[in-house]
Amino acid sequence: MRYLPHTDTDRKAMLEAIGVASIDDLFTDVPEAARLDGLIDLPTKQGELQVERAMAAMSNQNVSASSVPFFVGAGAYKHHIPATVDHLIQRSEFLTAYTPYQPEISQGTLQTLFEFQTQVAQLTGMDVANASMYDGSTACAEAVMMAARVTKRDKAVMAGTVHPHYVEASKTLAKYSSVSIEVTEPELDSLDKVIAAIDENTACVVVQTPDVFGQLHDLREISRVAHEKGALVIAAFTEVVALGLTEAPGAMGADIAVGEGQSIGVGLNFGGPYVGLFACKDDRRFIRQMPGRLAGETVDADGRRGFVLTLSTREQHIRRDKATSNICTNSGLCALAFTIHMTLLGEKGFRQMAQLSHENACALADALDAVEGVDVVNDAFFNEFAVRLPGNAAEIVEKLAKVGVLGGVPASRLYPGQFEDILLVAATEVNTEADIEIFAKALGGVL
Amino acid sequence: MPMNTQGRPTRIADNIATGGYAETTSGSKGLEQSEALIYERGSVEQCGVDLPEPKGTATRLGGLERKTELGMPGLSEPETMRHYVRLSRKNYAIDLGLYPLGSCTMKHNPRLNEKMARLPGFADVHPMQPASTVQGAYAVIGELAHWLMTLCGMSGVAMSPKAGAHGEFCGMMAIRAKLDADGQTHRRRVLVPESAHGTNPATAVQCGFTVDEIPADETGRVDMEAFKAKLGDDVAGIMLTNPNTCGLFERDIREIADLIHEAGGYFYCDGANFNAIVGRVRPGDLGVDAMHINLHKTFSTPHGGGGPGSGPTVLSDALAPFAPVPYVVLKDKHWELVEHEADAEGQPFGRMAAFHGQMGMFTRALTYMMSHGSDGLKQVAEDAVLNANYIQARLKHVMTPAFDGICMHEALFDDRFLKDTGVTTLDFAKAMIDEGYHPMTMYFPLVVHGAMLIEPTETESKSGLDRFIDTLEALSLAAKAGEVERFQAAPVHAPTKRLDETKAARQPVLRWTAPAAEEPIAAE
Amino acid sequence: MTTRYTEDHEWITVDGDVATVGITAYAAEQLGDVVFVELPEVGKTFKKGDEFAVVESVKAASEVYAPVDGEIVGVNDDLDGEPAKVNEDATGGGWFAKFKLADASQLEGLMDEDAYKAHIA
Repeated sequence: MRYLPHTDTDRKAMLEAIGVASIDDLFTDVPEAARLDGLIDLPTKQGELQVERAMAAMSNQNVSASSVPFFVGAGAYKHHIPATVDHLIQRSEFLTAYTPYQPEISQGTLQTLFEFQTQVAQLTGMDVANASMYDGSTACAEAVMMAARVTKRDKAVMAGTVHPHYVEASKTLAKYSSVSIEVTEPELDSLDKVIAAIDENTACVVVQTPDVFGQLHDLREISRVAHEKGALVIAAFTEVVALGLTEAPGAMGADIAVGEGQSIGVGLNFGGPYVGLFACKDDRRFIRQMPGRLAGETVDADGRRGFVLTLSTREQHIRRDKATSNICTNSGLCALAFTIHMTLLGEKGFRQMAQLSHENACALADALDAVEGVDVVNDAFFNEFAVRLPGNAAEIVEKLAKVGVLGGVPASRLYPGQFEDILLVAATEVNTEADIEIFAKALGGVL
Repeated sequence: MPMNTQGRPTRIADNIATGGYAETTSGSKGLEQSEALIYERGSVEQCGVDLPEPKGTATRLGGLERKTELGMPGLSEPETMRHYVRLSRKNYAIDLGLYPLGSCTMKHNPRLNEKMARLPGFADVHPMQPASTVQGAYAVIGELAHWLMTLCGMSGVAMSPKAGAHGEFCGMMAIRAKLDADGQTHRRRVLVPESAHGTNPATAVQCGFTVDEIPADETGRVDMEAFKAKLGDDVAGIMLTNPNTCGLFERDIREIADLIHEAGGYFYCDGANFNAIVGRVRPGDLGVDAMHINLHKTFSTPHGGGGPGSGPTVLSDALAPFAPVPYVVLKDKHWELVEHEADAEGQPFGRMAAFHGQMGMFTRALTYMMSHGSDGLKQVAEDAVLNANYIQARLKHVMTPAFDGICMHEALFDDRFLKDTGVTTLDFAKAMIDEGYHPMTMYFPLVVHGAMLIEPTETESKSGLDRFIDTLEALSLAAKAGEVERFQAAPVHAPTKRLDETKAARQPVLRWTAPAAEEPIAAE
Repeated sequence: MTTRYTEDHEWITVDGDVATVGITAYAAEQLGDVVFVELPEVGKTFKKGDEFAVVESVKAASEVYAPVDGEIVGVNDDLDGEPAKVNEDATGGGWFAKFKLADASQLEGLMDEDAYKAHIA
């Protein structure tokens, strides 16, 4: 077997050195009843060619985003990733490296994480960021639990326009804790209901901007109210590119910013792996309550600058049952892809990418608005918005797929039984005028 | 005759001394290039991507234009390439050498996995596309689920956990949901061996349980008398790792499973050490109710410098109905995704994360499994166990195995062999770095003093093992011969010397900050 | 002023009905470089044996237990910026908190200096 280096001669010599007759003598602690007669009922080994064929057969059944006009968002976005990014993350020293617990031989990983942390803090207008979480939804859930610990309160309020997957992930994490989560009714054009739900028992309020319907929100008023009542503001986002054109959460009063970094460097990947971003103010209550890994600067024995994982006593491998989270892994390679792409872009390219995405979304909005019976709902959006259709959005999406257009996500897929005539559509710099024309024409055709 | 008299010696003159480690002006040393931060190298005006010019049309941002400075520098493509290639060379990696890290299973990462993961039908599809456009993606999830359930002898599997600890959370949530559904709400005590990895008690607490630690006996396994004494009608279950974190198979595991079940609890198994038994033993046959599997350990998906991982969790008949959403089901040859609790047949405890799971790791792991097959996977476990025992057998005369007898896929040593040498486990580990090896797992498990846990995995050749063994033997002898300074100063050959972790924790600097503008000196 | 010691390496020095508590030099040495001390809020009350503080080094976090019943009337704010004081001067500048004693008789059960020295020998 090509990945197993031993020959039978090797195995024989090793068994001799150990002093046993056969490999079975090393498995004597296995209970009799659990010993198997022969192989488990699965296919036996295959060469590369056969495996490629089997995997390609499954891959070929799928419609890839690049092959058709593509306008799907709802929490994950297709942007163009330069060839350099994927090339670099496949370098042996990045791909097959372990967690940087031995910093002297992990400076590559540690320095790139330090740069990543700085970029995330700058993007969100915050003071510090961690070395990434699994994804935006679990970052959001962890932020809620952190807010409860910091404020010593156990009521969390989440706006109904936060992505339902983020709401559900938060509810699951909090389910058997003392933290209860109240979700307000989704409002498409204000945060009034959320503001009204904040009181002196509120640990935090979670709002998303751009929200799941793509609507942009000014968080200044809700931050003022929350802080007056001693509650923290957690600002969530699913499209990090929005931060290239719209106001940073930190500038609008947010205490913690959480979101999905997938748009930069990572690609669609059918939902994972992605990269969760987590940043907060440098409040002395916060740093030691943050979940996740942190890379920090220090010096070595010769006085040279170097980087290490730090503040590890928050983490489960040391704090055990008193840890700030049970999280062990970060999203290492995805965080690296993010930081490489962001370095290639620089703020100049990032702002440009955001501008292009917004302009394409505006063009898309105009084109769809012009279709008979179709109305754009949002008055302010970045690259995603809701359209009201004269019919069932889920059925219309299926019809569009049949004519070769991936035309967004029906809102009812995220809110079962609600918003059945609402379609969520997104555009980025990858969409062309031709794509938009085809989409508008196809939509008109299926209505 | 005409001669080309320009002197170009072709070997170094005899009287030149080449010893010493000279400091250089640039900070680089030959192929080892020093590299500053992007913040010190790049500028906010630089960009390594050519995007079309925006049209400059009116925006619809509702007055919420960004006014906050970004401050992120860019680099041209050549400079970006240099920055990251230089940094990569400061990293150790599996492709470079052995990581003898116990419980991490640092095996070779096949490149076919990478090629398959990048097929456009996997890499370039959106999780929220209509089901009819992603049947092949659902099929991968379904196929991998089938392999995992079959290898484990279990009837259910939750595919959505994003990492091992997330899978632990999934398994314990299923147990809590099951207990509550049966009205067993008084059962809140979870038994956890002292030797368990810290994620175990952390997870139990997150699910609303309290943790009751079970000591190990003198063979390093669960102390059965102590275990039995802790049973009671408030027991929710037990969290065991098997083989355990000392690298030993829990012989009494069937008895433990039966007693926990009789007492009304459930058996969670931490699957971190699955590499020792995959293809040879099925956790379902051991009485396990839930077990997370680290695809990045047993199934070779790359560690990537710390992640991403993937932690699908197999579930028994009792727990399968409580598996979280979403999951895939095959109905009349057509794959469907069950995304909402209301549409599920059982009673899911909730959703763990956005979308459907770590698809990128699924394609890699499935490629690995299909490559090995049931026969190859069995060989994996056998070679992994063979390799660890070989190391233990060949080093026990000079290092001190923590427990007598054979081990499974990892060998545990303690620091008794370093007694009175002045060399600690940490010093020994740092000296290994100078020898070109990543250190083994140190100071874990906590039940042994100065623990050194060595797991070579099955992808280490005999000659590689022999070289490693010879090195550890030489280091042990050097420590015993009194060469303390060498160990305490190590590493001296790595890109940095030992780093000041105290300073990093006392004065955390977690990001680059622009230097404050210099104040003009006041006129005298 | 009397100083007493617990088996878990806390020291307590009594002056009237207020006692100052910290960890011993031996404990600080075992812990290694202290990087952070989590101290209680002034006004909180603890029972003997309750966890009232946590002392962190780089690789470990250890609970510190109240040697007696009492109310916190002061905490050492210096430790916030200078946790190294615990290593440098565990019994002086590295003190953790001041307790107002609820029951002075509890001191009798604690070790004196000789007994503590024997304990750590």
